[in-house]
Amino acid sequence: MKTRTTVVVEELLATPPFGMESGEKRGLYAQELSDLTLHHYHCCPEYRRLSCLLGYTPDARMAVEEIPFIPVRLFKEYDLLSVGKQDIIKTMTSSGTSGQAVSRIYLDKTTAAYQTKALVRIVSSFIGNKRLPLLIVDSPSVIKSRALFSARGAGILGFSMLGRDATYMLDENNQIDFARLDAFLEKHRSSRILFFGFTFIIWEYLCQALRREGRRLEIDGILIHGGGWKQLTSIAVDNATFKKELRETCGIQSVCNYYGMVEQTGSIFMECSQGVLHASLYSDLIIRDPVTFSVLPVGQPGLVQLVSLLPSSYPGHSILTEDIGEILGEDDCPCGRKGRYFRIHGRVKNAEVRGCSDVDATQ
Amino acid sequence: MLMLPSDDNLKYVIGDPAFFSGRPLRPFDTVVRTFLARLSKRLIADAATRSMPDVMSFAWWCRKSNIEQQALIYDDNILRIGRGLVFHVTPTNVPVNFAFSWVFSLLAGNANVVRLPNRRFPQIEFLVQHIKRLLDEEPFGHISRMNVFVIYGHEDRINAAFSAIADARVLWGGDATIHTIRKFPQPARSVDICFANRYSFCILGAAQIIALEQSNLDRLVSRFFNDAYIMDQNACSSPRMVVWYGDKSQAEQAGDRFWATLRTIVEGRYELTAISSVDKLMQACRDAIELDCLSEMRRGDNRIYRIRLDSLPEDIIQRHCGSGYFYEYTTHNLDQIAPIITSSFQTLTYYGVSREELTSFVSKNQISGIDRIVPVGEAMDIGLVWDGYDLIRTLSRVCDIH
Repeated sequence: MKTRTTVVVEELLATPPFGMESGEKRGLYAQELSDLTLHHYHCCPEYRRLSCLLGYTPDARMAVEEIPFIPVRLFKEYDLLSVGKQDIIKTMTSSGTSGQAVSRIYLDKTTAAYQTKALVRIVSSFIGNKRLPLLIVDSPSVIKSRALFSARGAGILGFSMLGRDATYMLDENNQIDFARLDAFLEKHRSSRILFFGFTFIIWEYLCQALRREGRRLEIDGILIHGGGWKQLTSIAVDNATFKKELRETCGIQSVCNYYGMVEQTGSIFMECSQGVLHASLYSDLIIRDPVTFSVLPVGQPGLVQLVSLLPSSYPGHSILTEDIGEILGEDDCPCGRKGRYFRIHGRVKNAEVRGCSDVDATQ
Repeated sequence: MLMLPSDDNLKYVIGDPAFFSGRPLRPFDTVVRTFLARLSKRLIADAATRSMPDVMSFAWWCRKSNIEQQALIYDDNILRIGRGLVFHVTPTNVPVNFAFSWVFSLLAGNANVVRLPNRRFPQIEFLVQHIKRLLDEEPFGHISRMNVFVIYGHEDRINAAFSAIADARVLWGGDATIHTIRKFPQPARSVDICFANRYSFCILGAAQIIALEQSNLDRLVSRFFNDAYIMDQNACSSPRMVVWYGDKSQAEQAGDRFWATLRTIVEGRYELTAISSVDKLMQACRDAIELDCLSEMRRGDNRIYRIRLDSLPEDIIQRHCGSGYFYEYTTHNLDQIAPIITSSFQTLTYYGVSREELTSFVSKNQISGIDRIVPVGEAMDIGLVWDGYDLIRTLSRVCDIH
């Protein structure tokens, strides 16, 4: 049987993702996020305990800003499920270097389907409904197990549905497979090409590899990339440099970044022609003072809290990230999309640990 | 003469390995005392010290009058002499710790190899400069040959080389460092002083807190602030838990006063970082999920988290977070705390509890932890007796003369 929330989410997934003004969205979220919180309260024992401690009372209606938010790191330490284990069809994991804990996100059929639909709806708003030939700037070895998805693998599979003739551009050793690439470009000579990949992989294994090879491509394409700027910030590559590099090495004029995380797959935030990120109908963001967690107004950078209507199999509908972002405005982006638009400034700084116990004793 | 190792990755920051002497002195040797008195004077006179409170407290500890006072305590007619060569492995995140470790061993009469933290701290560079300069002066030629300060990475072979010639090792940095260094064999008679992971708590008499005038409460809470916040609540002696001694309603009232006062101090003197704020939320979530005895959480604007407990879980003191995260428990009978006191407990700070009550608590409960019981405000005061060790006596040997 479908719950009321399910019906609402399904309706929303049939609605244009950037058409609702903020006032209306706020009302919708107050209702739906409250219901979703109550659902997780009843169905996830860990969530019930911690939401109570964080001040949640199941019988009170809460404003969106009052709904408890849990740190994304919690998914690295606990298996949090709001459905029975037998209903899980997919487990998503965050990308983490070896030895690091990874988030484990449990998806049932419903949540997985919502995420897929949301992704299609959002991305179509930027690239149109026509399915373009797709070049994946990655190696096929990223997709190993169909049941256990890394963030990279999940992104690739999600985007694969948005294009046709999906082709991996890199071989097992992350080298460009020029033979495969040339054949693909020849086959789709008359069409615009869709590129998808992870920001750092694209920079390192596409742009820099082409420079090393002394080759230049001239492709009429649109490139979508995400996964974070951490590695690029450390070598002082910003969005403008990234775009310029793609123009110079591949001739790609249209480059679009997205912000998203495995804890809220599907409801990604895409960069519009104005160079800002947009919240869709399926999720939203709240900026909080990094120290006190009080809600900050437009124009003030702070910790990013993400809320989404999609997660029902795990309590990830309201999460506190460790990213610093800033809402730039709502409803009035010149690109025409409604809702909040924002910018991400980066990660919060790691603590300089003080104390008697060494932090790097075993390194 | 003792051969100190040489290695491409080993840097002697102070001292010349070619002229090293590992022969010990008697504790509180006159030249050592003169050296420390002069070091203290130099540091206190240097304007830069004023901006480094930890260096200042080190300088203050080394002053002539304090050393003389300490010497009196060990004036016991027993013929003692340093063990010989002491190898110090100092912690990476407490800048002045290496200096205390060294001075304690020097006072015990030993020659020293002091491994400095790899992380650069202005305090370390500052102290190293002063120590180096002073060791080059007269009449310190002899102790200069007895002391080297070294920097190296995680090279096992260097740890092994120093361990092989050490008459004692002083290992700071907690369990992980201790286990790492213990893998390297030492001479049969050599001893280790290990500063393992330790945790601390505080007992406050509820009625006594209520009775305090605000100005006196301000002073007390300011001392508590120093205990807890100077090392971000991460030092082995920083209080992580506050036990209210009294009944529930008294504890409620005393707690409100105490934490409100602390809040004002924290706002003015402590900068909570974004990552610590998230860490505290994270710890609260862990506690909510894992603890059954959690009765309430108060966190105001995140600066102070108060986690109130109905009973005491066994591992409560090891639950780690820092940055202003306190467990609270109320009891009118201190014996109720005894079951959770393990050997991991180091310092108990107190206010409003009598010496008799504390003595009786420790002696009748057969507890295996708590090495220090000091008034609120003295948690960080390191000294020759630390973490349950008498450093002068442990780092020296007795020549039994009849």
